[in-house]
Amino acid sequence: MPFIANTAGQQKQMLAEMGLTMDKLFSDIPKGLLCGQLNLPDGLPEQEVRGALAELAGKNSIDLTLFLGGGFYDHFIPAAVYSIISRSEFYTAYTPYQPEVSQGTLQAIYEYQSTICRLTDMVVANASIYDGGTAMYEAMMMALRITGRNKVIIDDSVNPIYRVMIESYTKNLKIEHVLTHCQTGLVDREQILAKLDNDTAAVILQNPNFFGCVDDFSDIAEAAHKKGALLVVSSYPISLGILKTPGSMGADIVTGEGQSLGMPMSFGGPYLGFMATRMEYVRKMPGRIIGRTKDRNGNDCFVMTLQAREQHIRREKATSNICSNEALCAMTALVYLSLLGKEGLRQTAQLCADKASYAYSRLTAIPGVKSHFKANWFFNEFVLDLPKDATDVIGKLIEKGFAAGFPLSRYYPDMKNCILVCVTEKRTKQQIGMFAEALESVL
Amino acid sequence: MKLIFDKSVPDRRGVTITRSDVATTVNIKKEFLRDKPAQLAELSELDVVRHFTELSRRNFGVDTNFYPLGSCTMKYNPKVTERIAAYPGFAHLHPLLPQLRGGGMLTQGALAVLYEMDMLLREITGMAGFTMQPMAGAHGELTGIMIMAAYHRDKGNKKTTVLIPDSAHGTNPASAAIAGYKIISVPSTDKGVMDVNALKKLLNDEVAGLMLTCPNTLGLFDPNIKQICDLIHSVDGLAYYDGANLNAIVGKARPGDFGFDIVHINLHKTFATPHGGGGPGSGPVGVTKKLVDYLPVSIVTKRHDGTYALEYDRPKSIGYIAPFYGNFAVILKAYVYILMLGKAGLVRVAENAVLNANYIRVKLQKHFEQAVKAICMHECVLTPSKGMLDSGVHALDVAKALIDRGFHPPTVYFPTTVHDAIMIEPTETESKETLDSFIEAMIDIAEVAKTDPEKIKASPLTTPVCRPDDTAAAKNLDLACL
Amino acid sequence: MVVKGLLYTKDHEWAKIEGGVAIIGITDHAQNQLGELTFVELPDIGKEVKQKGELAVVESSKAASDVYSPVTGKVIEMNAKLEKNPEIVNDDCYGAGWICKIQITDKATTKNLMDAAQYEEYLKGL
Repeated sequence: MPFIANTAGQQKQMLAEMGLTMDKLFSDIPKGLLCGQLNLPDGLPEQEVRGALAELAGKNSIDLTLFLGGGFYDHFIPAAVYSIISRSEFYTAYTPYQPEVSQGTLQAIYEYQSTICRLTDMVVANASIYDGGTAMYEAMMMALRITGRNKVIIDDSVNPIYRVMIESYTKNLKIEHVLTHCQTGLVDREQILAKLDNDTAAVILQNPNFFGCVDDFSDIAEAAHKKGALLVVSSYPISLGILKTPGSMGADIVTGEGQSLGMPMSFGGPYLGFMATRMEYVRKMPGRIIGRTKDRNGNDCFVMTLQAREQHIRREKATSNICSNEALCAMTALVYLSLLGKEGLRQTAQLCADKASYAYSRLTAIPGVKSHFKANWFFNEFVLDLPKDATDVIGKLIEKGFAAGFPLSRYYPDMKNCILVCVTEKRTKQQIGMFAEALESVL
Repeated sequence: MKLIFDKSVPDRRGVTITRSDVATTVNIKKEFLRDKPAQLAELSELDVVRHFTELSRRNFGVDTNFYPLGSCTMKYNPKVTERIAAYPGFAHLHPLLPQLRGGGMLTQGALAVLYEMDMLLREITGMAGFTMQPMAGAHGELTGIMIMAAYHRDKGNKKTTVLIPDSAHGTNPASAAIAGYKIISVPSTDKGVMDVNALKKLLNDEVAGLMLTCPNTLGLFDPNIKQICDLIHSVDGLAYYDGANLNAIVGKARPGDFGFDIVHINLHKTFATPHGGGGPGSGPVGVTKKLVDYLPVSIVTKRHDGTYALEYDRPKSIGYIAPFYGNFAVILKAYVYILMLGKAGLVRVAENAVLNANYIRVKLQKHFEQAVKAICMHECVLTPSKGMLDSGVHALDVAKALIDRGFHPPTVYFPTTVHDAIMIEPTETESKETLDSFIEAMIDIAEVAKTDPEKIKASPLTTPVCRPDDTAAAKNLDLACL
Repeated sequence: MVVKGLLYTKDHEWAKIEGGVAIIGITDHAQNQLGELTFVELPDIGKEVKQKGELAVVESSKAASDVYSPVTGKVIEMNAKLEKNPEIVNDDCYGAGWICKIQITDKATTKNLMDAAQYEEYLKGL
């Protein structure tokens, strides 16, 4: 039997030594509840299973040229990332409950927390949440706990996938959601200020927003704080190579999807939800947190700390139910950012912005194709108005080998002809040119 | 060991970023840009590789040491699953592709994995349908409780409480609480299983459901399990099966047959995907027929022509709980594992997991106390003997002394219903030889504790650090190097 | 250790009644069970609290516990020293380690508490 060590002879010997039988070991299960043989296939040897799965993998097309983002990005991953996180001392370990035999994981997560703080200009980060959406939900819950209020304002330029997730999670809770509408690409200050009151726990925004537009929320942070509300900002970590940080805008909780930091797209996961906040709120933050301390002999070392917030101690009063997180993905992000370094991240972000700019100028030069927003400062995604239904155009471009972008009508019914186009550093000038030609040919 | 930031040298570079083939254009208002770059470490590729290689040597993993961490099912993670998850056809697949017209046909292999895994898990658990989306066990619990709430809302039931045994994992009460329920704890009998009479007294129309791990955290299968599920159903409550300990019964018995309505499975436990130093995990949730309509959006379906599609139109669904289809790569690894074991292999998994746990239990019964003197399932809970406790040797000291003998410690101080608990889960992938040397080490610790307890309390001596000061860590918070 | 002249709860809080004000803290038994405190979440001044209502939280590195109010009333003062030095509770739980003062609004709630002898008896039964 694969992966089972004891031979039939050993199993017999062990049972004999105990004076027990296999049936006796399972005798607490009432006879009527044993299921008999299941209707499952016979086991496969490695060679056959690899063949079968290679065939399935072959049914997925990865030859499309991707201009598809929407919060999930095709960035370049240096070979050393995979090579480092494939060390099984890391990936076959679990939550570092025993610090003496987990200093590797613990120090790495401490360095990850530090790196997230340096990236976002915040002072404390947790060891990860499942993904960007659950991180946003957790940030909202955290804001409710901190303020003792139950109203949240969320702008419709926040990733719609995250907004529907938050809706699901709060169906059974008494939380008032106020949705503001983004008309110009920039968050509408008037609407936000009109809704912001002394019952508001948080304003939830995203930068760059789902449409790719870049903003500075400093004024909103100030207005929120005046009302005793918090500003939650979801950000795209690669963009922080050049963009103003949520911390310097005055954000209270920063979250985001960390997939772009060295994780393959893997059809949706595993990804990385990151979360950072101010020190004064650390005890209200969900998830594991690693701290630096001294050991018995005065050596620097790392431990899980502030565990009194967590479910294994506080049970129903915990800040969250999270236990398993995305530790290996957090480590991936740390390794990726350490390999790129200060200048490498800046360059990567700049390349994304430059290539997106180039694509924007090429695509908007096509007759009938226009920018959707007027005030159009974008990072690496932008919205185009097409002369035709975007869903149809995207369908035709798939046949030509391009994932042209995301049809916004899926979440914004008024945006029938709008397409969200994404360009990362992996796209070449030549690919962008071919894409422009292909788009023009189907319009 | 130095932090990575302390190794940084100004202007040193790691990977070389690709050259630009377009002009640099400033398309962003200056006030929207950061004024100075993020202070990331500046290192060569070799610096980074060495730093993490050195860190990796400060870790125990399943590949390096026996890791009998109770309740966590630290079994061997087959290498082939890593290889398959890295196939470009899976790893480079954009999750939004199926949402583009024509994109679904370009992701048929991935959709097939999700669909076929759903079918396998249905058969293994006796459930009628699954969502693969939950990204960990606790996330599955929350999803399951949300389904419970949707069911009651739909029926017009005014339910406010969820019953949870006192021996449960902390995630159970935490999950039910964040979904908006009040928690009521159900006591255990001195035999370590649920007190059915106490349960009866707690039943009323307010009860939305019961969350139960079976076998429970003491490693005991509750022989009254069917009666317990029936009792919950008698007040139109739902029975939730926390699959954390499914490894004990996989292939032999199914929660659906016990009477459970909702089940979550920790793929990273029973189905051998790596724990990653804390995650990622995966916690698919299965439900009985009457609850299938409440499963999250989306679900993979199979069309008559044999192709797979994603179904989004699910009016009764609890909605989206994850951005896409769950931790796909983890699901894929678990799928490969099930394919390799097959029907006969899964039965051997449970049998050997239970055999190994009992072997340790029996061999140690003269040297340690058993929390409950009975045959256990996949894990056994011991406590130090009275003599050890009298000399001041506690569960934590046993744990640390095991480290010096080359073993990752078991879970200690859990379940909290047992004083000084040492919870040992060997799993089926460990051999008799490994168990024997572990048993020998445990006996040695018990012996040394009698003659020289200070020696045990001084351990570990073989690790880079020894007994960090948790109190100082929580008081003088140093949570980031800025 | 139990101090005479104080009133006690089953959740191991003590109250010292002086006029219409109750000084509140946790007992020696409680601090011993928790181990060295790392944090005390103090109540806001002005907070109105019912008997057995949640008043404060005490945390050690491995445990956390709610402090329930022994009486019904309004918080008029809290021991701000505990913010920086929670270990004072361990060192002197009946004295310098007091948590807060409550203006009692329902005197009847002082009647159902245990005296030192009763609490001592209660501890023996645990």
